[in-house]
Amino acid sequence: MPIRKHSDLTYADVTPKSLYLSRRQVLRSMGIAGGLLLGYKLFNRIAYPPATVKAGAKLNVALKSPFSTTEKENTFDDVTHYNNFYEFGTDKSDPSRNAQKFITSPWTVSVEGEIKKPAKYSMDDILKLAPLEERIYRHRCVEGWSIVVPWIGYSLNTILKLAEPTEKAKYVAFQSYYSTSQMPWGLHSGIELPYVEGLRLDEAMNPLTLLCVGMYGETLPNQDGAPVRLVIPWKYGFKSIKSIVKIKLVKSEPPTTWNLYAPREYGFYSNVNPEVDHPRWSQATERRLGEFLRRKTLMFNGYGEQVAGLYNGMDLRKYY
Amino acid sequence: MRDFLRRILTSKWSKVFVFLLSLSPFVYLAWPLVAFLAWQTEPTRFGANPVEYVQHFTGDWTLRFLLLTLSVTPLRKLLGLPDLIRFRRMLGLFAFFYVCLHFLTYLWPDQGFDLHGMWKDVAKRPFITVGFLGFVLLIPLAITSTKGWIRRLGGKRWQALHRLIYITGLCGVIHYYWLVKSDHRLPLLYGAILAVLLLYRLGSSLLKPRPQPASATA
Repeated sequence: MPIRKHSDLTYADVTPKSLYLSRRQVLRSMGIAGGLLLGYKLFNRIAYPPATVKAGAKLNVALKSPFSTTEKENTFDDVTHYNNFYEFGTDKSDPSRNAQKFITSPWTVSVEGEIKKPAKYSMDDILKLAPLEERIYRHRCVEGWSIVVPWIGYSLNTILKLAEPTEKAKYVAFQSYYSTSQMPWGLHSGIELPYVEGLRLDEAMNPLTLLCVGMYGETLPNQDGAPVRLVIPWKYGFKSIKSIVKIKLVKSEPPTTWNLYAPREYGFYSNVNPEVDHPRWSQATERRLGEFLRRKTLMFNGYGEQVAGLYNGMDLRKYY
Repeated sequence: MRDFLRRILTSKWSKVFVFLLSLSPFVYLAWPLVAFLAWQTEPTRFGANPVEYVQHFTGDWTLRFLLLTLSVTPLRKLLGLPDLIRFRRMLGLFAFFYVCLHFLTYLWPDQGFDLHGMWKDVAKRPFITVGFLGFVLLIPLAITSTKGWIRRLGGKRWQALHRLIYITGLCGVIHYYWLVKSDHRLPLLYGAILAVLLLYRLGSSLLKPRPQPASATA
């Protein structure tokens, strides 16, 4: 015998038709409101760049460097929303949006090539190799703008000395991280990736050349080259390679990304030089972000005292 | 449907509407400045390099209005809406308006009103030369855009003079292409649209039956 269980529901429990219909109305208006909100958010996203940047971890800065300039620093906001980092898009405001999800931990930097002690460093290792210094440097982009940034790090020569370069090592080649899944924008950048850069060994050993792990008292924001980058203040900004995964000591001049793209426009040396123009624009002046009129560009970006000797007897028009 | 469109296009409000629409980029650009002067609200949209923002903004809109002006003739014919001609002069003058602002952002914050320095820059740098040429060529077109000038020059000569806009369009696209470092997608898009608009003219002038020379035979 089949057991029929009576439902407890009576006709009185049926949702009245009017309520049922108004539920539809509520849903529809929620849809419209959602659409409007989405439109508003989209509009805001286009009209205004995100105002905040994921907070970095505080760094213990042990020293204030004597290399620091006393010029007025740019704001953190400027330095984090006006970036050339083509892996995350070619517009200056792209990296601040597109680099937010970039995974920088775990991270390994491999030091290899013509050295006695090859090594793979984790970020923890790198942060402990030497006391961290704050260095306030002028930073001049090849495009004709400049900023003043309080970087944090130590001289690159710390890590190079530990590697013990052999007699054959004459140059240092650097390589950035690249993955098309994390950096799909790189596919439209027009340049060949992964990004590679290089220095002559004596340039790399110069104490001004900074292995940089932070800025403004904190670890590097993703769009500024997290977790570790170079800062070479007397050269155009593109030499200061970001998000480094490989440092290799080599015998001969290594290929560099912008030089590969347009050898006539971007030389291997790319020292800041107001007398040697870019083929398409003048390098005599620059716009310091935050200023209205352009200012004169300084030879070696004002670091001639420390680095001019590296280029004694070289024709800087030929080796631009 | 076409009658309805035609009625809209020929109504006296349509011109006001197109005028306000064409002015809206300028309002969008100038508004934060007004807000700053009136209520000291910090303009956030201009980013870290406001001068460059304004330069790119006015340059972009110059190119867009040049392309809009050049699309009037093809659209008139393809859509069968000859009344679109009512907006061509206004669109062309808006291109001139935005290029004047663009030029001002070069002359003032970039050159500090140093005319000598500007000339050196124009003469030396192809990227500046080509942009400057495009701007200069628009000046006679803006001056002779009135009915009086059409009469004075005569339709044929006026039309020939105003073909200079083709060269300005080319100059604008090349100027943009040379500005960009490596991601050429946008300048190429503008270039492709310009190419279509110019090729349309070439095509229609080649296809047009030429007037037969008066034959001598009787």
